[in-house]
Order: sequence, then structure tokens, then C-alpha cells
Amino acid sequence: MAESYRRSQWSNGLFILPYLSVFAVLLVFPLFWGAWLSLHKVDLFGPGRFVGLGNYTRVLADPVFLQALRNSIIFVLVSVPALVILGLFLALALNKTTRTTSFLRGLFFSSSVLSVTIVTLIWRFVFIPGDGLLAVISEQFGIQPVNFLSTSGWSLFSVGVATVWWCLGLPMMLFLAALQQIPNDLYEAAALDNASPWRVLTRVTLPSIARTIMLVTIIQIVMQFQLFGQAQIMTNGGPNGTSRPLVMYIYEVGFVRWDVGKAAAASEFLFLIILVAAMAQYVISSRKSEVSE
Amino acid sequence: MSASIEITNVTKRYGALAVLDDISLSIKAGEFVVFLGPSGCGKSTLLRMIAGLEDVTAGTISVAEQRVDTLPPGKRGVAMVFQSYALYPHMTVAQNMSFGLENIGLPKDEIERRVQQAAATLEIAHLLDRKPQKLSGGQRQRVAIGRAIVKEPKAFLFDEPLSNLDAALRGRTRLELAQLHARLGSTMIFVTHDQVEAMTLADRIVIMHNRKIEQIGTPMEIYRRPASRFVAGFVGSPAMNFVPLRSVAANGRTVKIGASGLGEIHAAFRLPASFSPEGASLGIRAEDITVLPAGQTGIALKAEVVERLGDRTLIYGQLADGTKLTAETDGRSEARGGDTLQIALDTTAIHLFDAAGTAHHSEGD
Repeated sequence: MAESYRRSQWSNGLFILPYLSVFAVLLVFPLFWGAWLSLHKVDLFGPGRFVGLGNYTRVLADPVFLQALRNSIIFVLVSVPALVILGLFLALALNKTTRTTSFLRGLFFSSSVLSVTIVTLIWRFVFIPGDGLLAVISEQFGIQPVNFLSTSGWSLFSVGVATVWWCLGLPMMLFLAALQQIPNDLYEAAALDNASPWRVLTRVTLPSIARTIMLVTIIQIVMQFQLFGQAQIMTNGGPNGTSRPLVMYIYEVGFVRWDVGKAAAASEFLFLIILVAAMAQYVISSRKSEVSE
Repeated sequence: MSASIEITNVTKRYGALAVLDDISLSIKAGEFVVFLGPSGCGKSTLLRMIAGLEDVTAGTISVAEQRVDTLPPGKRGVAMVFQSYALYPHMTVAQNMSFGLENIGLPKDEIERRVQQAAATLEIAHLLDRKPQKLSGGQRQRVAIGRAIVKEPKAFLFDEPLSNLDAALRGRTRLELAQLHARLGSTMIFVTHDQVEAMTLADRIVIMHNRKIEQIGTPMEIYRRPASRFVAGFVGSPAMNFVPLRSVAANGRTVKIGASGLGEIHAAFRLPASFSPEGASLGIRAEDITVLPAGQTGIALKAEVVERLGDRTLIYGQLADGTKLTAETDGRSEARGGDTLQIALDTTAIHLFDAAGTAHHSEGD
């Protein structure tokens, strides 16, 4: 009896083994290996030598890293609020069950299923000078067309526009799901309480989905710090590195210049930034929910 | 402040589905009216139409002689207490109560005064800084009522407000609602499917069934003189006994009634000439049946199940021809299942229902 019981305990573990092994091999192991690599001077051809925190000081002294860090932070500061606000706006507008809204929900979400290559291709058609959509429109109005992808300032903005368009589906869907959880009688009570639409939004709707707003913000911060594909294909980080994000810097250092140790050190910085951002949001949200419950 | 409410020829349809059909009802200022009926009879819909949460398909609703059915809910001067209470979860009790007052731009000190006063009335002053999640069901209920009181509405609308409370609390809250009505003197409309709530709270009960009003009357009118077979069967516990009629023969004011298993009964009735025993039935409440002492002969009732409720005993049995009948006797009865008892009917408490269900009451009393 006891024997079979113990054996059944073992067999229970088998159910999570497939996931655990993938998790260990693809996430836990690389996490520690990355930390180990960041302490070594190493290239792609063999074992390196231990350099302590040397890679970290080299990264921090690298103006290209600092520029990429700045680009990534600006990108997150602009794209995340845009995604949250636009996602929320779309969700509020589409939070009805008519045929039109169902169709529009599907339409807005459909961009999310495209691959990054297709997304950037579409937006290149919009932004490229000469034959691009925006260039054609500007010329129609007699305005000198902006060279979006190769003008400092505009290039990162263009990448941001493509990213927001691509990523908007998920925030919208999460907000819609949260909105549908709000009991209808709260709105009825608010109607009997003479609440204006603005008061209903700010005092009933938004407080009811505060947790989802926090969740979407965290998810988007984590995702947008990992910006790579769009920048790589649309602008290749240019001009003068003004649209080069952190991940692209890591890629270039590691796989173009083969300075794997330094790339690993930069990765640890990125890891730390995302961790801090996520934890900060988590702490804020849990403190807020303590007050509200 | 209280106001009369006038409902005139109100109909509600969802597409082809009619929910309420040509309802007219006049509620006096300060009256406590209960809408009573089984689930799906349209009573909640009617209440929500008065509140403005449902559109009126046809007809008009007036509050204080002002037509309101075209106004938004907030402009009708009514306050509603929801079955789920519908408290704003992220606001404190005080904020829940003051939200509606802030929306109409009342001065801060006036809001404060009303909230404090209502909180004192409802004994929730110590809860004002709490969020609804930290409150018990009964406390939430009080806050929901408080939110209605502070508005000083022309009428209070209650949508099954006691159904989420446990039995003991329900009884107490019922009593407090009656006291609240006595103190405020406001017009109150209360929707329920619980006849005890209806009987104890109402000045008048509106019985609703199948999209229509079956009867409007005081609780005792409804109980003693039900207008239809539906009302007779719906109000009262145990439900009224119905026995199929075999024959009816009028002889002046006295009617000779032949009913299944009961034999021949003489009772005072004024029946229309068209009254036919076809499909008609005799109704009598269990308490209007007397179990005769041993040795006396009446109508034989074979007891099947005996329920002892302490103060009274219910006997579920069969008449000689198999017709089911429930009789009530005092708590000391020693009747057991299987016994054959002798019973007598109080002929002044008999009701006759024609095939359409319309009631005729004995004129003996």
C-alpha cells in the first residue's frame, strides 16, 4: 500500500517532466550560462578566459551601448503607453456584441498573427521614400516628403508605429476580456446615480479593470524592451545607430563582432532592466490592490 | 418626500416575445406595494421599467404626476436596491453612498450630512471607510439601502433585495424594512417571489402571472378572497386544496355543490347563471378543514403523510375516491399515516373556480 503510494507520487512527477525539461534546458540553463559567459572573454571558437567584471566595465564604457540603452528606454516609454491607451480605447469602443464589432475585433487582432517580416514589409511600403504611401500622399499635398526610415528621430518613430500596429491586438483582447467581467448592474446603479459617461469611465470602468491595465503594461514593457526584428529589417538601426535597440546591440556584438562575453554582459543588463521594470509594476499593483480590497 | 406612481397600459416586448401585456396600476404616495409572482412573470421587468433600465414598448409611466418613461434613469427621482446590491467595489461605503449626490453637484457639507444621517439610521456609521468586499452580506444590504436613502428619492424600488441573505437575517431585515417604511413614509415598490415577504411588508400586493396582473389587493384580501385559481394556489402554505366539481345546483342563495370525494355541500354563493361545473373546482384552505373528534362522523380522509410543525399538524391524505386533500389540525393531534380521519369543511370559507379560473367566494362570512 505504502509502496504503491510512493510509486504513484513518482509517476505524478512524470506529467510535468516534459515541460520541466524544456524549461530547464531552454531557460534555466541559458540563464546561468549567460551569466557565466558574461564573466569570460570568449568568442565563438572555444573556451575563453575569466575576466571578472571586465565585460561589464567595457559595456558601460561603450557609447554605442549607452545609445542603444537610451533608444530602448525611449522606445518603451513611447510605445507602451501608446499600446495601453490605444488598446483600451479600441476595447471600450468594441465592447458590444454586434456583427460589426465582432468583425472589427477580428480585424484589429489579425495583425498580431502576422510574422515580423510581413509586418515590416507592409510598413516599409508605407514609409520608404519615393514610392511609399506616405511619400505619395505628401507629394499630393505638395509637401516635401520626410525620409522616415533614414532620418534621425523619425526612424525610431517609424519602427514604433509598425510595432504598435503589430502588437495592438493582445492588449485590446485582454482589455475586452476584463471589460466583460464588469457586472452590468454596476452600470445600472451608475445610471440611477446620474453618472455622466466620463464619471462612469473614470469611477466605474477603469477602477474595475485596474489590474488588467497593470498586467498589460508589464507584458508590454517586457515585450518592447526585446525589440529587434522590426528595427533590424526596417532601419537596420540607422541612421547613426539612432534606431538601434539593446537587443540589436547584443546581436551585433555577439554575432557580428564575435565578442560573446561582452554581448552576454549587455544581456545581463537587459535582463536586469526588464526584471526591475516588471517587479516595480508588480509591487505598485499589489500595493494598490491591497488598498482596494 | 413620497410620490404616487401611475402605470398606464404598459406593454413590454422583446421582438416577438411579449413580457408584459397592457399593465395598468396606480400606486398611492407613501404606499408599500409588493410585486409578487413566480419567476418569469415579468415583475422585475416592470420594476426595471419604472427605474428606467428597460424601455417601455407601449404605454406610460408617471411619478408624482410627471411622465418619466422617456427620461433617463437618473432623472426619474427614484432609487433602486439591486438583488446583488451592485455596490461599487473599489469605493468605500461612504463613497458608494455619496457618488450619486456628487453627480448632481450637491454641496459637500450637504452630502456629508446626508451620508452621516443615513449611516446612523442604518447603524453602519462604523463601516463608512470600508470597501464592500470587507462587509458581510447583511452589511452590504444596508449600504445598498443607504445609497438609496441619501438620494431622498420620490420612490424606492427594491428588486428581490433579501434573496441573498440567510433565513435569520432575511427575517430581521424584513422587519427593519417595514420600520424604515414607517419612518420615511416613502413610496416603496418591492419585487419578490417570496409570499411571506409580500404578506408581511405590503400595504397592497400585486400578483403577477403570465405577463398580466392577476390581482391587486391587501395581503388579507389576496389571502381570503383570491381573484383566481392561480392566486389561490400561489399564496398560502400549504397551497389551497382544489377538488373537481361534479354538480352545482342553485336554490336561492344556497348552492348545492357536488364535489369529488366530498359528497354534497350546501353553501351560500351568488353564482352567475352561466356557471357550469364543467372544468370547475372547489377550493378550500387546509386550515378551514376541521378534523372531527373520535366518534363523530363527517367526510372520511385517509391520512398518508402527517407533518408535525409544532404549533400545528398538516395531514396529507386521500378522500374516498382518491382525491388528494390537505387538512390542518392542532399540534397535539395524534393522527398517524394510515389512519382514517373524519373531517368537516367550513362552508363559509369555500371558493369555487370556474373553468377559466375565475373565483367565486362563499358569502357565508
